[in-house]
Amino acid sequence: MKVWVFIEESQDEPAPIGLELLTKARAMTDAPAVAYLGRGSDGAFAQLGQYGAATVYHIPKDDRLPTAAGAAALAALAAVHSPDVIMFGLTPTDRDVAGRLSARMGLPVVSNGVDVLVDGESVTVVNEIFGGSEIVETEFTGPAPHLVVLRPKSFPAEPGAQTTPIVETVDLPDVGHAGAAVVTGSHIEEREGPQLEDASVVVSVGRGMGSAENLQLTQHLATLLGAAQGATRAVVDAGWLPYSFQVGQTGKTVKPDVYIACGISGAMQHVVGMKDAKVIIAINKDEEAPIFALSDLGIVGDVNKVLPKLIEALEAR
Amino acid sequence: MNVLVCTKQIPDPAAPYQLDAETHFLERPTDQILDDTDRYGVEMGLQVAEQTGGSVTLVSMGPAGSLQGIRQALAMGAAKAIVIEDPALRGADSWTTAQVLAAAIKREEFDLVIAGTESTDGSAGVLPQQLAELLGVPSLTFAKHLEQDDGIVRIQRQTGYGYDVVESPTPVLVTVTSGVVEPRYPTFKGIMEAKKKPIDVIGLGNLGVSPTSMQRIVEVRPAPERASGELIEDDGEGYQRIVQALEQAKVI
Repeated sequence: MKVWVFIEESQDEPAPIGLELLTKARAMTDAPAVAYLGRGSDGAFAQLGQYGAATVYHIPKDDRLPTAAGAAALAALAAVHSPDVIMFGLTPTDRDVAGRLSARMGLPVVSNGVDVLVDGESVTVVNEIFGGSEIVETEFTGPAPHLVVLRPKSFPAEPGAQTTPIVETVDLPDVGHAGAAVVTGSHIEEREGPQLEDASVVVSVGRGMGSAENLQLTQHLATLLGAAQGATRAVVDAGWLPYSFQVGQTGKTVKPDVYIACGISGAMQHVVGMKDAKVIIAINKDEEAPIFALSDLGIVGDVNKVLPKLIEALEAR
Repeated sequence: MNVLVCTKQIPDPAAPYQLDAETHFLERPTDQILDDTDRYGVEMGLQVAEQTGGSVTLVSMGPAGSLQGIRQALAMGAAKAIVIEDPALRGADSWTTAQVLAAAIKREEFDLVIAGTESTDGSAGVLPQQLAELLGVPSLTFAKHLEQDDGIVRIQRQTGYGYDVVESPTPVLVTVTSGVVEPRYPTFKGIMEAKKKPIDVIGLGNLGVSPTSMQRIVEVRPAPERASGELIEDDGEGYQRIVQALEQAKVI
């Protein structure tokens, strides 16, 4: 089985989700290949080798939005090399390339998956729906390549291979008007403390906090615990915190040791991003809140009364 | 500018969703609502149309039912709607849907196509890109801000760490995230007018396409349930249990 992974460069390195997918690809095949979209470097290619890439098709990026041309480059490569499966991460650029590639090749893409099962020639994608309460398996019935988009943190990223990949450079083709979008600027939001995706403790807030001012409490708690701060979509939509804090279907997926949900009801769209935390602690006024069904410890009470006492107790230690 | 907004009627997410036991398709009641995400797209479309003297047309695929969700968007100010409904499209996957929507959109004149980033009931988030490829236009995705100036559309494209500024000449497709603009509430006048606005319900025969699905659901099963733990009423000392739990987890 020929398995490819599409990986976008992120801050001069392969995006973390790409290394997760490459680890999975190594379990599916002896010699996975990577289509790498970015500037590329010896360091980046060596890292891909450590995660098992036998071949790297390097697609250098310029200031054009690379999604339409990137899909065209992949389609041309696929026509020559005939991969059976191409895996993408559930990230903006990966989804853009996967969707455009699907239409370009006239093949479906199964998205939002959490696993890929291979049985002989048959390829099946596993999805969790309804906030993870039901599992759906979808099998491809058309010709290869089968295009799959997978959620972050579905597989651990583990180095362990010692391959030196063959690197082949493929230029972005001219796709006319479809490729006319240009990236004219980039804005990075400053944030303090650990990255949300990597933190061992996450303190997350929902609308139950009452107001943006009350987030001083959770910020203080996060600092004391060395935790990252997260938020629900409702909080981000209300403008209390920027999108980079959002946990859930349309935000980030986290798997920390401890997830503290403050004033979060537990809507499906939020739960899919945090349900695999080792320990979930929830504080909410409403004892019927769905978040309690998956909490290891649920406190029914006013979050703005519980948190000051918790902070005081932690500071006294 | 002529703006087309892709909208979806979905079962109310406040009610529990169910799959048909035999077909595994989502059960869709007669009264479906406008996907909340689409309210943002409709609002953004209306703003662009108002700035440029154009109009907004809705395009939607799926069981028409009572058309309640479509009328919600018409009441906000969209001029008309095209709804593609066909028994052959029950349970259609993203790629099938993209082909059908592209065929419907190609019959219209457009400068800008707006879609949500992903639907609330499906969450695949690949359909707008498939559609853009079929229409031969750039896809500006994850827009949290949109402005237009003399045939150029400029967006702030959300990234995990902030945003990129991306611009493109029209025609172009843009996907919008929720929270980008404040969707207007329909006025009484808008609701009354929506009842008379044209809704063109068509089938696959009208579009001359008959896509076949290349994927099938082979199994649906309940996920293993996470055992729920201890639930206590805060009596003023609840914080002590949290301290203990943090100790047990060895994070303090």
